[in-house]
Amino acid sequence: MKVAVYRQEHFNAAHRLYNSAWDQPTNEAYFGKCAYPHYHGHNYDLVVKVTGLPDPQTGFVVDMKWLSEIINKEIIARFDHKNLNLDTPEFKHLNPTAENIAIVIYGLLRPRIPEDLDLQVRLYETPRNFVDYPA
Amino acid sequence: MVYLTRQEHFNAAHRLYNPAWDEAKNEAVFGKCANPNWHGHNYDLLVTVKAKPDYDTGFVFDVKKLSLVIREHITEKLDHRNLNEDVDFMRGKMCSTENLAIEIWKQLEPHLPGNVQLHCIKLYETPRIYVEYFGE
Repeated sequence: MKVAVYRQEHFNAAHRLYNSAWDQPTNEAYFGKCAYPHYHGHNYDLVVKVTGLPDPQTGFVVDMKWLSEIINKEIIARFDHKNLNLDTPEFKHLNPTAENIAIVIYGLLRPRIPEDLDLQVRLYETPRNFVDYPA
Repeated sequence: MVYLTRQEHFNAAHRLYNPAWDEAKNEAVFGKCANPNWHGHNYDLLVTVKAKPDYDTGFVFDVKKLSLVIREHITEKLDHRNLNEDVDFMRGKMCSTENLAIEIWKQLEPHLPGNVQLHCIKLYETPRIYVEYFGE
């Protein structure tokens, strides 16, 4: 019987939505005030879902303390109090939408999670806007 | 006297940085909040006013009007902005949540009717960090 376990972490970051192939008016037409040149920011909440069979020895799907350490090392240390457009190479050529941030986070975490466990990432950009990956 | 609160929100970038100090001292005092490329927050703003409810309407203040005043004078200027760079009333001031609450009070107070007193600006920088300013 598979069980899903969840670990929630958070980070605060600046970003803007901007397609470098477009001029500023076109960016503002598509992205509105999210394209303003001096950036804005969010308190991101990240929920990492790991699904699998509880280990018969420990009863754990995954050790939550270990999972927290992995998320902090791979994600929070990389993104917290950073400018996603300027400070993180992952978004040098990728628009830092909530969708793309979730995909990047998944890509960073997946190699660290044992292969027999499923992984899903939920990212809240605001309390009212959130995305799931994989869908 | 009844206290009426309206909640609004805005998302903004900022950094904590004292231009009188060098980068090393700023990082020593403000830690990662001093990142030169900014970081950001979802701010929640709670504005509390107080008055005796009007006899005819039962209102302390029409909350729709309160919302419009906050949006026109505060959130329109702050939302999706860089607090250090883009906001006229924060220019030359440290962009701490404390100072932002004080300046929001100063911006709002002149736009309230004479019978309505501003009581509190409560400003959440994160769900776990907030400040309150009572005009003292």
